[in-house]
Amino acid sequence: MTSSPATVPRWVPATLVPLANILLAFALSAVVIVLIGESPWQALKLLVLGAFGNSEAVGYTLYYATNLIFTGLAVAVAFHAGLFNIGGEGQAYIGGLGVGLVCLALDDTLPGIVLIPLCVLSGALFGAAWAIVPAYLQATRGSHIVITTIMFNFIASALMVYLLVNVLIDPGQMSPETREFRASAALPYVHELLRAAGVPLATSPLNLAFVLALLCCGGVWFVLWRTRLGYAIRTVGFNPSAAIYAGIDPARTVILAMSISGALAGLVGVNEILGVQRRLLLDFVAGYGFTGIAVSLMGRNHPLGIILAALLFGALFQGGAELSFEMPTITREMVVVIQGLTILFCGALEFMTRPYVENLYRRLAS
Amino acid sequence: MSAELYLLAILTLDSTVRLSTPLVLASLAGLFSERSGVIDIGLEGKMLAAAFAAAATAAVTGSGWLGLACGIATSVALALLHGFACITHRGSQVVSGLAINILVSGLTTTLGIAWFHQGGQTPTLPADARFRPITWPGADALSEIPVIGPLYAELLSGHNALVYAAFIAVPLAWWVLYHTRFGLRLRAVGENPAAVDTAGISVAGLRYRAMLVCGLLCGVAGAYLAIAHGAAFLRDMTAGKGYIALAAMIFGKWRPVPAMLACLLFGFLDALAARLQGVVLPAIGAVPVQLIQALPYILTVVLLAGFMGRAIAPKASGQPYVKER
Repeated sequence: MTSSPATVPRWVPATLVPLANILLAFALSAVVIVLIGESPWQALKLLVLGAFGNSEAVGYTLYYATNLIFTGLAVAVAFHAGLFNIGGEGQAYIGGLGVGLVCLALDDTLPGIVLIPLCVLSGALFGAAWAIVPAYLQATRGSHIVITTIMFNFIASALMVYLLVNVLIDPGQMSPETREFRASAALPYVHELLRAAGVPLATSPLNLAFVLALLCCGGVWFVLWRTRLGYAIRTVGFNPSAAIYAGIDPARTVILAMSISGALAGLVGVNEILGVQRRLLLDFVAGYGFTGIAVSLMGRNHPLGIILAALLFGALFQGGAELSFEMPTITREMVVVIQGLTILFCGALEFMTRPYVENLYRRLAS
Repeated sequence: MSAELYLLAILTLDSTVRLSTPLVLASLAGLFSERSGVIDIGLEGKMLAAAFAAAATAAVTGSGWLGLACGIATSVALALLHGFACITHRGSQVVSGLAINILVSGLTTTLGIAWFHQGGQTPTLPADARFRPITWPGADALSEIPVIGPLYAELLSGHNALVYAAFIAVPLAWWVLYHTRFGLRLRAVGENPAAVDTAGISVAGLRYRAMLVCGLLCGVAGAYLAIAHGAAFLRDMTAGKGYIALAAMIFGKWRPVPAMLACLLFGFLDALAARLQGVVLPAIGAVPVQLIQALPYILTVVLLAGFMGRAIAPKASGQPYVKER
């Protein structure tokens, strides 16, 4: 590795190495597709067409991306504080509960313009609350946050089943769901807004939560790199003992970072519950919390990278769904395979390709 | 009445043993890995992969033993992949374990649908392709004797070979960990790898050996689910058992016998939840089954918070070992 004294510019490990890792993950996914007897090239064409072929497809892609931006940002904020928040799944679930409870309680009395911000706030607060307990235990009692957040995912799942089956269920209904919210409590769809402005757009679940997700990206960037708190978070993540000498309280910083992280994950509830389902139901998180880890790793924990990675995975979700219609042997689970390979190569094996890529760069540059 | 109640208790304990078996095997697997200093949240994925490989092989060849072998081989391969990522390339152990879980969850379903065309399920196995219950000598004759009869016939006799293997593995693991040279070194490498390295023993070599043991045990656990306890592979059939096993290992404070007791406790809760589904008890009312199901996770968090004695992980777990130069 160190044979050549020529230094490699910083952008090489920052862009070329992740790119090589992604390509490796996709190449292996292609091998899986060959293994089940289909053509990867054909599959890729169908996938891209299914994700971007028309305005409905694009709408779906952006709708999936919205959830992934939220959970990706959640993982990234915790990561900058040196924490691995594997609990996005549970935090998003409980965030949805927060959104739903406010809607159920107040949608008869409050107009949408007041109710919707309240719901957003409640979703963020519930998500943050679900993250604060593991954060507090990590910060003050040294409980391993990876394990506690995993446990909290399962506890959240059991809690939601209990609440929906026994407490919140709409009486006279078989499936464990609440009643539908009043129309005032709905986040407008993008196609509705654009049609009102004279732009014809196909119907899709894309709603204003997408704008909220983009705002959160800007907000996370600003907080992490332009504020005192962000500096504290990154310092604690880099070196907790140095942070103490810099006058930063690591315990407080860990708890704050995790509450931001949980709040971001909780906003998945805004997109799913307030934007699309418009009632509270089971399992609406459907793995977005875990995919957020892939998104954050691929986006190198930077909001801009996270938007790109979320778009890619959103396209994979949507394109994958379309693909499974055209090629019945390839199911939506193929996307889960790609996700796993991405986490493996961009996360666990991120250092493997680096010497090769850097050597290649040196050879090409000289 | 009391005889009926006694039989009910025996039957609940019987299903406790059946439900605990995969947990015992997987928590021992996690124990070997973590004692060597490698965190393994990928128990779930390794079990699932082994279950699929075992069921697929048994369905195609008709041999339970070949299924078991294939399940173990698959699980060991994944354990070595985990080692390759975290020991050789010093990647994040948590990320690697998670990647394996997600990859396997997608891959088993994808391959299952492509190969067997049954929505991700493998064909139901005939009896002779599975591990069948072993009836102990005289179990039928003794079952009529009150008290001891049901205990012998239901609780001790009538399990398949993998159940007995799991409970034999516990004292074996204890002996290996505390009474062999390998065990001593394994515990040392999880606490202070630099000292082990100074003594001229390869840290990576020891950790890779721990990965092999971990893969082996997870392989048996997965095979048990698909070809001994069940008769086919079902989508995501591990359903969080790998994480429960991880919790049991922490609950047992990284020691084999307490980990087994935790597994039995969690297995008992599982059996109880199944039995109490929809039952209205006098004085308590309807039992919130979800609470019983969530209890293992809640108890583990309470334990980790230090309210039930300290749970202290091996000191070097989670950190890749970098040799000083």
